[in-house]
Amino acid sequence: MAAIDVNRRVLPGFGLSLGYTLFYMGLVVMVPMVAGFLKAADLSLGEFWDAVSSERAVAAYTLTVGASLVSALVNVVLGSLVAWVLVRYEFPLKGLLDSLVDFPFALPTAVAGLVFSALFVENGWYGRFLVPLGIEGAYSRLGIVLVLVFIGFPFVVRTLQPVIEGLQRDVEEAAACLGASRLQTVVRVTLPAVLPAIVTGFALAFARSLGEYGSVVFISGNMPFRTEIAPVLIVARLEEFAYAEAAAIAVVLLAISFTTLFAINLLERWMARHHA
Amino acid sequence: MHDTSNPVRLLRAHEDPPWVRRAFILGAVGVMVALVGVPLVNVFIEAFADGPRVYWENLFHDPDTFHSILLTLMVAPAAVFLNLVFGLAAAWAIARFRFPGRTFLTALIDLPFTVSPVVVGLFLLLLFGRQGFFGEWLQAHDIKIVFAFPGLVIATAFVTFPVVARELIPVMEALGAEEEIAAVSLGARGWQLLRRITLPNIKWALLYGIILSNARAMGEFGAVFVVSGHIAGKTDTMPLRIEKLFQEYNLPGSFAVASVLAMLALVTLGVKTALEWKTRRELAEGKKLRAVAVGGE
Repeated sequence: MAAIDVNRRVLPGFGLSLGYTLFYMGLVVMVPMVAGFLKAADLSLGEFWDAVSSERAVAAYTLTVGASLVSALVNVVLGSLVAWVLVRYEFPLKGLLDSLVDFPFALPTAVAGLVFSALFVENGWYGRFLVPLGIEGAYSRLGIVLVLVFIGFPFVVRTLQPVIEGLQRDVEEAAACLGASRLQTVVRVTLPAVLPAIVTGFALAFARSLGEYGSVVFISGNMPFRTEIAPVLIVARLEEFAYAEAAAIAVVLLAISFTTLFAINLLERWMARHHA
Repeated sequence: MHDTSNPVRLLRAHEDPPWVRRAFILGAVGVMVALVGVPLVNVFIEAFADGPRVYWENLFHDPDTFHSILLTLMVAPAAVFLNLVFGLAAAWAIARFRFPGRTFLTALIDLPFTVSPVVVGLFLLLLFGRQGFFGEWLQAHDIKIVFAFPGLVIATAFVTFPVVARELIPVMEALGAEEEIAAVSLGARGWQLLRRITLPNIKWALLYGIILSNARAMGEFGAVFVVSGHIAGKTDTMPLRIEKLFQEYNLPGSFAVASVLAMLALVTLGVKTALEWKTRRELAEGKKLRAVAVGGE
């Protein structure tokens, strides 16, 4: 304990900085969260159940979770490819490509939604080729997945990149020396080493997609039962001034997000133990 | 079966074959072009579809759009300032001291990233709205938070508040406290310590934190959407204006506003890349200096 307290004895501002941190977090984050839960508690248990289990609400959760899952899986494939190429190969304009990976993080979601809906409508740049083939990217469930792929894209790449960089090449060489083919080496040696990072990236992209609103609202068309995600339903309930019902759905959405994050934590710990 | 004495064979076995290499590079470039490149170009082409004059008019001659630009230029800095003060305090507490609950607090800082922005807006509405917990009191004292400027700032601050702290904490942890302890032992006091030692040491991380949190703040949609009330010319920020113009089928106007935010995103990325490049060079120079020092001994 003595070593731990050295900084506190020497450096100033411990009370002030910690106090302000707690105060600000309490004011900006905790108070609104508590208010939300209290409002949801305004409803009796039966009313709460009705609000969160209506057919429309269940359709919205299912779509939110389903679209997030599919888009995160797509991102695992695309993100692994891009991360591998960025770390292992040399080619012109690689630096530019690497910087652009973060573009979906930096671009406001409303802009992403606007552009994607314009690209996939009938006379859009992608739509004019896809719509004749019967692929409707705008105002459809596919559109939701597409824009969520864009939003979640950096997560898999950025969690995977440092792990691939840290792989020891001589392990792959050793596998090759022992007679493994390239495919065997990748599947048996490389893949197990990067799997935790892939799972983490997947989960982060999934968690991010669950709450996404700004981009989806432009491209989905927001039709109840078909293309209405949970955050859109919350806004719809708000516009009907059904505050408690909105809060009830929000609580369910939060529960799904928190469970996801908890699962990520457990998974990471489990994997760390099994790799040690 | 395998002739391990042949170096070419061996090389082939631990490098990807050339055709895989080419196919992968092509695939990755294709993904990036389709997912990022084309949308980026599309924003500007759509915005300038009717020529630069119309673009200019869409941005500055539409009073509601112009007001949304001004409003965003006020809301974002206010939220960034709040997060900056918080980020410095949180980083100082977490990176410099050990205390019970430190890990939990660090995890708690990330909380806003996991809450849907719409839910954030809803919770603020439940707190400060007409039927909210403080609704009556606020109305009695004629204070407007929701559907007004303060609500926009609080919603933006909630959604973006981990950004600065998350940039600073790892940098300050990596730097260690030696310099600061030395400064204190030489007689530096609170603000002197901050201004002379800590801030110069973390300036790049701080700058990036500010720029990133500004980009997020200017682009925030979901939370602001709920608390703004969409009063055109009063509480519409730029992202909300994009949505409204989109709903009114005014696509050139919508894309004009979007192009400004896309430029902001590009500038943010540019600064990030430049700062990364700079830190890498400083790191390399540091290593060289250390090598010289060690060699001299």
